[in-house]
Amino acid sequence: MLTDWQPACDLKLLKLRAHLLQQIRRFFAERCVLEVETPLLCHAAGTDPNLAFFSSRYESPPNQHRLFLQTSPEFAMKRLLAAGSGSIFQICKAFRNNEAGRYHNPEFTLLEWYRVDFDLLQLMDEAEALVRLLFADKNLGKTERFTYQEVFLSHTGLDPFAFHFNQYRAYAEANGLPEATALCGHDLSRWLDFLFSHRVQPSLGGNGLVMVYGYPACQAALARLRSNAPHTAERVELFMHGIELGNGYHELIDPVEQERRFDQDLAIRRQHGQAEIKKDPRFLAALASGLPACSGLAVGLDRILMLLSNSPSINDVLAFPIDRA
Amino acid sequence: MAVYSTNEFKAGLKVMMDNDPCAIVENEFVKPGKGQAFNRVKIRNLKTGRVIERTFKSGETLDGADVIDVAMQYLYNDGEFRHFMVIDTFEQYQADEKIVGDAAQWLKDQDLCTVTLWNDAPLAVTPTNFVELEIIETDPGVRGDTSGGGGKPAKLTTGAVVRVPLFVQQGEVIKVDTRTGEYISRVKE
Repeated sequence: MLTDWQPACDLKLLKLRAHLLQQIRRFFAERCVLEVETPLLCHAAGTDPNLAFFSSRYESPPNQHRLFLQTSPEFAMKRLLAAGSGSIFQICKAFRNNEAGRYHNPEFTLLEWYRVDFDLLQLMDEAEALVRLLFADKNLGKTERFTYQEVFLSHTGLDPFAFHFNQYRAYAEANGLPEATALCGHDLSRWLDFLFSHRVQPSLGGNGLVMVYGYPACQAALARLRSNAPHTAERVELFMHGIELGNGYHELIDPVEQERRFDQDLAIRRQHGQAEIKKDPRFLAALASGLPACSGLAVGLDRILMLLSNSPSINDVLAFPIDRA
Repeated sequence: MAVYSTNEFKAGLKVMMDNDPCAIVENEFVKPGKGQAFNRVKIRNLKTGRVIERTFKSGETLDGADVIDVAMQYLYNDGEFRHFMVIDTFEQYQADEKIVGDAAQWLKDQDLCTVTLWNDAPLAVTPTNFVELEIIETDPGVRGDTSGGGGKPAKLTTGAVVRVPLFVQQGEVIKVDTRTGEYISRVKE
């Protein structure tokens, strides 16, 4: 008889999740941040070459449309911001194909919020307040804030803003990672992903929140570049117990620069032989009409639950992980 | 032979890496929210027994290795090779000392064992977890000692030397755990 009809998680995790959602809603209600909903099923997908999407067919005879499950609610929420919504938050599902493992389920729960007129520091303060609230029973240590450059340098001795291939290769070989050279080649961004995830991230946030900010411009994603230091992106990542919990930006609002980054993504996709994809015209139109200055952050709630319940795997906090879905 | 992608790297899967047959021990998916996905894999080289860590780009593939474990009977040692036989088919295989390795000290004629075959040639030999072997040489027990405080070395028919309690005598058959090389008990004839 089938037994995998049953939830994978302990039933007390259902209560923990419900409590978490209530706390988050109260936190933002007190701050007058509006809860919104945007579609999971969209006409356009993100261009990020590192995010694989799910797609589906929408039948509306005589027409058929290809629709995508969102990899994040970012574009739709920015359209609301451009329309004058003011600060908003959303708790929703996001979908990323090919992602399954101890910390990944292809369908997962995101909290994403945007604060109009916040800069990155204000956003980081708010993120810290939220994390402190959610982990109030956990006796969290002091929150640490590092620049990407200082945390990378202190763990590897390498400067992420001064890429010397031979230096990076020598470091990898001396540290039992000789395969890095073949995997990363002369691609700095890939080297940074590799070394950060292997040598830096695992030791971040033993008993507290760590915020890493000031990413190299090649890892800007949708963050704006610092006006007085354009090699630095106004991006922040949150870590605890070596786990990545969230990612935020002082948002890019310049439509020209945004389109340039999309084109860059598309060029990389073509180079890697990945599926062709269109730039989201409605999102670009919203930017052209004017996105207010804002900062936004996305947090993986399943991973928060893993930490709150000391669970070793994301499957332990999901009622029905992908294999039982 | 089948080809396996990183998301199929489950513990126990046999694959070829660096021209050697290997077994996956552990596979962790590592992916920054915005960034390249990797699989950090622990993998055992089946020739050397060594476990190493290796990172793959997600979606990379390895060829499967034609490695199977077969229960066989150990027949005899001709001085250069040891000979094994599949009981059902009478098919015979030979393996030199390098392949048999530490298993040699537990192999008694006619005993069952597991022979790991790679491309139909022996790659490794694993004795059963417990073997029963006769002591051919050990000091006489100290009179009055019944429990055995420190124990004493005893040489078995296969050449293995294990520590046994002082009361155990030459000529007796004992049960040994081959994974730890420890004495378990005497075997009553």
